[in-house]
Amino acid sequence: MVDATLHKPKEIREPGVVTLSLRVIGQILSTPLGAIGMVIVALILFVTLLAPHLAPYNPLAISVKDRLAGPSFAHWLGTDQLGRDLLSRVLVGTRTAMSVAFSALFLSLAAAVPLGLIAGYGPRLLDSLMILIFDSFSSLPMIMLGLATVVLLGPGSGTVVLVIVLYCVPSYARLVRSQTLSLKERDFIKAQQAMDAGIARILFIHLLPNVIGPLLILACLDISTIITLEAGLSFLGLGVKPQIPSWGNILSDGFAVIRNSPVPVIAGGVPLILATIGFTFLGEALRDALDPRLKREKLA
Amino acid sequence: MVSFLIRRFLLSCIILLVVANLLFLMLHMIPGDPTVVALGPRSTPEMREAFRHMMGLDRPLLEQMGLFLLRLAKGDLGTDVWSGRPVLSMILDVLPLTAMLAIASFLWAVLLGIVLGCVAVMQHGKWADWLIGLISIAFVAVPSFVVALYALLVFAVALHWLPAIGAGGDDFTSQLKALVLPSFTIGLGWVGYVSRLVRAAMIEAMGEDYVRTLRAYGVNERRIVFSYALKQALLSVVSVLAIGFGTLLSGSVFAEIVFSRPGLGKLTYDAVISRNFPVVMGTVLVTSALYLVCMVLADIISAVLDPRVRSAL
Repeated sequence: MVDATLHKPKEIREPGVVTLSLRVIGQILSTPLGAIGMVIVALILFVTLLAPHLAPYNPLAISVKDRLAGPSFAHWLGTDQLGRDLLSRVLVGTRTAMSVAFSALFLSLAAAVPLGLIAGYGPRLLDSLMILIFDSFSSLPMIMLGLATVVLLGPGSGTVVLVIVLYCVPSYARLVRSQTLSLKERDFIKAQQAMDAGIARILFIHLLPNVIGPLLILACLDISTIITLEAGLSFLGLGVKPQIPSWGNILSDGFAVIRNSPVPVIAGGVPLILATIGFTFLGEALRDALDPRLKREKLA
Repeated sequence: MVSFLIRRFLLSCIILLVVANLLFLMLHMIPGDPTVVALGPRSTPEMREAFRHMMGLDRPLLEQMGLFLLRLAKGDLGTDVWSGRPVLSMILDVLPLTAMLAIASFLWAVLLGIVLGCVAVMQHGKWADWLIGLISIAFVAVPSFVVALYALLVFAVALHWLPAIGAGGDDFTSQLKALVLPSFTIGLGWVGYVSRLVRAAMIEAMGEDYVRTLRAYGVNERRIVFSYALKQALLSVVSVLAIGFGTLLSGSVFAEIVFSRPGLGKLTYDAVISRNFPVVMGTVLVTSALYLVCMVLADIISAVLDPRVRSAL
């Protein structure tokens, strides 16, 4: 009886997930910003999925006699200081950038959601303690945090992912916490408490779906920062291993030979610029489409 | 107001304490000998022994942390494991250079950002507004080290207009010349930030009652934009500048490395490469302390500028 009355109005109010997503995509595509972002991101995801098939050469194949060649029909973007085909490295590098970014993002969300729920729903003291730790991490400039982690753990993909997680978790967990704090006073949660629902049920079945939307917008806006962080650490020689094709590594190699050939630096930088701009545009459009309030909060 | 500032100050101190302890604990959480972790495989047994003693690693954990904090309180950040110089004096040597870079970047970026923001507001809804909005987001999104590399490529390597490396000699002109490319690199993202911020704040201000009243009194529209709405916008710029200090510093790490310019960022990077943990720890602590100082300063400045904030505290 109780269940029926609780669920009935919900079904009338909310259109299906497919209709909603189509509406959001339509809204994003209707703005120039969103359309540009969507096209770039779709292109990047396409390259990510098909990189090995699109690359004309093996991105690791060294050919010293062709080194630092300019663009030609054989090598559209020329070659780097070891004669490796830059186009192939750029294409496969897309896959590196995306796999680091999305695995780090997934881990951050997986860590931040329970932490934020606990901080928001748990006892006051625990909440204050967690906020203090989050704030401490946020007070470290991102790159400094990265450098300190690298000096202790050594460079590598795992360290890069960890640095990104350390950077993302505090702000995501704070968002989940503040949403939880305001939601837990609402009637539908009070009703669950009155019905003696378990904490896990309240947190994951009732609070989580309401928290996830704003969190995903924030995460989408962060993707370009995350890509930059990975490429930046790789550029400094502290990220993914030097032989692995990644945009940061291409830039790092190119920086060393910048006086001999501008091609590697240009080839490594353009996809990075495109990716960061694309994801930022898409994130902004997504936010405007889904939640105009978040914009205000972020500016305030 | 005073009690608010004291609270903020105390909170900042506590955060700094937590950061220091986190850094210290990180050494212990990692499996293996902490001295090898901190100094790398190249270190000699004597160096490891000295480091163990310096960090107090041969004593119980709690005592170590106590000793460590005590040294910090005295302003002793430890010594460089390779050269034996005190870390604090190394930091103080390069701090003015980074500060100069930061101020130069902020100055041009804030000025241009405010101008762009004002233009966007006056052209609200027209193509110029839209274009400025688009460029601003793009400026924010583009990684600063790519901007640095491209600027180096174009202005130093190809055109030879500006020096590619260093912080300039003793004379002011060469220092200024060496400042141009790095500060351009760091500031570009800020132009975008500031212009968006100014635009949003001014549009909000234009909708307020006092602007309606000014209009009713027949005050010139230009005057409303520049002397009333802009004032409101500047407030939000001040608060964001402090919060953005971390971003600025990240930018300066890359700018200093790309342009081989001595500074806090380059010092940290070189220390990471040579596995010099005390120096890394020192610079990380100093930067997060600077960040916290900026936050408190921003609160004070906005309280001084805005009577509404002042009375709310």
